[in-house]
Amino acid sequence: MDALQAIVGRWVSREMLLFLLVLVTLPIWIEPFGLYQYLGVEIVIWMIYGFGFNLLLGYSGLPSFGHGAFFGIGAYAFGLFQVQIFENLLLGIMGAVAASFVAGAIVACFLSHRRGIYFALMTIAFGQVFWFIAIKWHALTGGEDGLLNIPRPALEVAVTSVGLGSNVALFYFALSVLAVVIVVLWRLVHSPFGKVLQAIRQNETRARFVGYNVWLFKWAAFSLSAAIAGLAGSLFSMAQQSAYPDVMSLHASGIIVMMTLIGGGFVSFWGPAIGVAVYFLARDVLGTMTETWLLWFGLLFVLVVLFKPEGIAGAWQQYVGTGSHRRVASLFRLGRK
Amino acid sequence: MALFEAHGIHKRFGHQVVLEQINLSFESNQLSGVIGPNGAGKTTCFNVLTGRFKPDRGQVLFDGEDITGLAPNGIARRGISRSFQIMSLFDEYSALENLLIALPEVRKRGFSMMRRLDADSEAADRASCVLARVGLAGSEHRRAGDLAYGERRSLEIGVALAAEPRLLLLDEPTSGLGADATARLAELVRSLKSDYSIVVIEHDMRFLFDLADTISVIHWGQVIASGTPEALRENKWVRRSMLGRVE
Ligand SMILES: Nc1ncnc2c1ncn2[C@@H]1O[C@H](COP(=O)(O)OP(=O)(O)OP(=O)(O)O)[C@@H](O)[C@H]1O
Ligand SMILES: [Mg+2]
Repeated sequence: MDALQAIVGRWVSREMLLFLLVLVTLPIWIEPFGLYQYLGVEIVIWMIYGFGFNLLLGYSGLPSFGHGAFFGIGAYAFGLFQVQIFENLLLGIMGAVAASFVAGAIVACFLSHRRGIYFALMTIAFGQVFWFIAIKWHALTGGEDGLLNIPRPALEVAVTSVGLGSNVALFYFALSVLAVVIVVLWRLVHSPFGKVLQAIRQNETRARFVGYNVWLFKWAAFSLSAAIAGLAGSLFSMAQQSAYPDVMSLHASGIIVMMTLIGGGFVSFWGPAIGVAVYFLARDVLGTMTETWLLWFGLLFVLVVLFKPEGIAGAWQQYVGTGSHRRVASLFRLGRK
Repeated sequence: MALFEAHGIHKRFGHQVVLEQINLSFESNQLSGVIGPNGAGKTTCFNVLTGRFKPDRGQVLFDGEDITGLAPNGIARRGISRSFQIMSLFDEYSALENLLIALPEVRKRGFSMMRRLDADSEAADRASCVLARVGLAGSEHRRAGDLAYGERRSLEIGVALAAEPRLLLLDEPTSGLGADATARLAELVRSLKSDYSIVVIEHDMRFLFDLADTISVIHWGQVIASGTPEALRENKWVRRSMLGRVE
């Protein structure tokens, strides 16, 4: 029992359990709040996307403004697999992850020797290339309309088969994927690999001079993060039952950057989750009150960048870190350690 | 053959020739000094020797192997470690983490993704040892960015030491330090002398003339004199141009 506890303790943290507990109960309380089940699906998918994105932005310090490309490639790959090859959930997802990993790995070959603004500009350029291909390669992608009628294949476990037709079922499936992503990424950022990525973010030159092949680490971080974006994209194409070029646009790529920054990806592992939740709540709560909600969200982004670049998680850490709130702090520590 | 040799190194930036023709050799288990006026090309020379810049001409040999033009990480892996004149630390990491990252055993596992670095007590012990060695015992968990200037200077050397180098290159380790702190740092470098092969660039003549086994003087991109401190004291040119302060 103790041994089991030790193993669990090594992989799972208290914040993680709390976070997953909130999400597990979401289908029960989301409708009484006046919201709807599909929102939960969207939130969970974008959280997967956000956590993977933050490996690059927050941990490695590499700003990608073209990550929508890999989200989109995952979505198209999943759809094409189901429609052109055969209907299978897990193989389709694996195909999507592989496709976006390969695309990310190729792009990363052109990016990994760059830093700062040059890196950012290159990601925009590549993002636009993929977006353009998605619109113009009509035969494969369906052009502006996209791929339609993508099925939601059932989940086959041993002899039983669980249909994912309902949004609640799809929510729980996506949540299981999110749980795996979180456990793996949490582990990864505390591993030597993750520590080296953070070292490179802080001082690339010194990392090189203590013997690290910085190029290879950047390449790996980018490719991994692209693969996770593709994973999220595959779930998104199931959720929407279609795949379309919009998610690959510069605008869509910018949204994941905003979410991650507003949430506080630079100071907290949980930053992207906070940012995603805030974004969707703003969209659906503010959105019912005013058509210009995105303007207000954009304003929030500007304020965060100007006054609190560490985002909401950073503000929270500061609040909790000062004096009387230590107890709460020990319970809800959002820090990286 | 010396541990480290540089032959005919020439380096220019655009039209500006910074290193005309540098010949150096550093013996193992010695402390070699490099001196020269501001802008003489000392740091550039280190940068060429450690792979930051490729030389336009010339050859760099380490333990008989030609390492000319290798990338910095390749040279570091062969056992050449350096510190920087302008401090270069991982500011958001604790002092201990700065050293952990530099340990060869951590570097070799750099692509291990699923085991926890903070659970590796052996590596942490080794990093603590290095920290104590540079006089920062007890500062394990302080952020490098929060350390005092003098402490950061020591940590700068610590990061280079943690890599377990066969040759340690220090670029003006006392830069910006007051008299007391400079004396403490001199003690630290002296204590390293018995265990490492060291090359130190210094402005502070007194510092080097006390410590070094041999000294090379770089001026106008060339080594204009080299020898033991005693021999150099007698060198006319050195006397005239630089050693006013020593005597
Ligand atoms: N990357 C670079 N590009 C262009 N010029 C450079 C570069 N690095 C150094 N230089 C020039 O080379 C010359 C030598 O500089 P270097 O830093 O090597 O001198 P130094 O001997 O270390 O001086 P100091 O004692 O001030 O540290 C200077 O004129 C400097 O402007
Ligand atoms: Mg210099």
